Amino acid sequence: MNRSAEPVVEVRGANVQLSGTRILHDVDLRIAPGEMVALLGANGSGKSTLLRAVVGVLPLESGSATLFGQEVHRAAVHDRLGYVPQDSSEAGSIPATARESVASGLLTSRSWWPRTRDPRVRTALDAVGLGDLAGRPITRMSGGQRRRVMLARALVREPEFLVLDEPFSGVDLSTQQLIASLFRELTARGTTILVVLHETGMLERDITRAVVLDHGRVVHDGDAGDRPPLDPGHEHLLDSLPPHECLGQEIHPA
Amino acid sequence: MISPLDILTSDLLRYPLIIAVLIGLTAPVVGTYLVQKRLSLLGDGLGHVALTGVAVGWLVGAWTTATPADLLAIPGALAASVIGALAIEYVREVSHTSRDVALAIMFYGGIAGGVVIIQLAGGTSQNLMGYLFGSLSTVTAPDLLIALVLAVVVLVIGIGLSSLLAAVTGDEEFARASGLPVRTVNILIAVMAALTVTLSMRIVGALMVSALMIVPVAAAQQLVVGFTRTMRTAMVIAVVCALGGLLITVYVDLPPGGVIVLATIAVYIVALLVRTVLGTRSRTGTAPTEPDAETRTRQERSAETAHEVAAARPHTGWQR
Repeated sequence: MNRSAEPVVEVRGANVQLSGTRILHDVDLRIAPGEMVALLGANGSGKSTLLRAVVGVLPLESGSATLFGQEVHRAAVHDRLGYVPQDSSEAGSIPATARESVASGLLTSRSWWPRTRDPRVRTALDAVGLGDLAGRPITRMSGGQRRRVMLARALVREPEFLVLDEPFSGVDLSTQQLIASLFRELTARGTTILVVLHETGMLERDITRAVVLDHGRVVHDGDAGDRPPLDPGHEHLLDSLPPHECLGQEIHPA
Repeated sequence: MISPLDILTSDLLRYPLIIAVLIGLTAPVVGTYLVQKRLSLLGDGLGHVALTGVAVGWLVGAWTTATPADLLAIPGALAASVIGALAIEYVREVSHTSRDVALAIMFYGGIAGGVVIIQLAGGTSQNLMGYLFGSLSTVTAPDLLIALVLAVVVLVIGIGLSSLLAAVTGDEEFARASGLPVRTVNILIAVMAALTVTLSMRIVGALMVSALMIVPVAAAQQLVVGFTRTMRTAMVIAVVCALGGLLITVYVDLPPGGVIVLATIAVYIVALLVRTVLGTRSRTGTAPTEPDAETRTRQERSAETAHEVAAARPHTGWQR
């Protein structure tokens, strides 16, 4: 599957601003073919921003980002990429069916013609366990089903590099297991994966490397096991909990 | 009494009918993409700007002593609405917040420019009435030719590239990450809207052009699911309403634009009622085999919150 020895992703000194606020500060990220890299960090640490810069959705203010050795804005490199964005409430107001949505994943920088009847659409829907709901509009699906449609839409591209933004959020345990086993299958076939997560959870043993962001800077890049706590600033919250022996008792103000 | 044979043999009636069919086919195609992009009012804005174009066409016609005086009105409308479409797309790209303000300025500027410039051209705002509200009497052979060319362009792009256009309007971020030409598609849709406005203006009127783009799509959404089926159903509704509305005005002296738009709204209301009745019936029928999507989403959302709370906690031994 790996066409070359060059890194799949190479980000150097990336700075990104959103609405005048600097979100990423001099971020470096290098991902080799076949890796499964988890991007971790607290809310607002810049995980999604980095992910969106990697897939070429957000422009860099300075620094450089390449995919498969080419600039991210080159359309052709995106044909080798499968992207699963966060579940957005911004979806268009005419809901596509699951089949239509997944078929849109077949479009590439060079091929723009309709392929809803392509057998690969059915295969991708079957892979995420939604073969029976192909004709259902995505707005009439549960959050977890919608996430699976978005995953199928990325998988149908047969990507060499799969990029996912919190694929487990709002997803029940059995779907999480399904997604995790899909990831294992993909990495076994040589697919490179970059995934934004809150917690490594059931992927703990599969992740080859964890990159932790804090306030837009990389604070850890290495083994998933020895990473720092995700949100060190919030320890005082635990201290503010009432002592264990107080739980269950009525509160009498002094 | 006008017989059906007269309708088919007289150019005076045949031309508007052909244009009505063209409007019915093109307007919902563009409308589907506009509704998808939540830009339903773009057609209205462009209709107003087209009016300034009509007036500029008159002005240029007066300078060049063109006959008839409104020879350049439609080309003027075409130029103005295309420029307006590109301007609004530029504003949309540069700044997401001021889009509706830009659209509002387009509404006011279009009308104001129209009445001022038509006066400069030696006409009165009465000359603009036909373009504002649409009329049957003004369709000429060159008008028909222009309409035909515009309709073919819109249909070839709008239907030929429907997968690409639907992908970009449905999820712009995914489209960008997939290497699709998002910017070009957005410009194409804006220009298609401008062409459709120009094509429809003569019969439906600048003030009501947008209704034929949006209302049939809204009606279709009540009846079918999926993007492609919504578009096809909207096209059928719009063709039937445009043809039916126009035929009514052949027999009863009424403004065609108004009748056509009222017909689409009637279809929308009927579709809404049909859906409400069918929806009620299906709810009282067999129980669904899986939990209601909304309920499940709510359950999952609370699961997500719990997940986030857990993730926000610092790492301690008991978590592993």
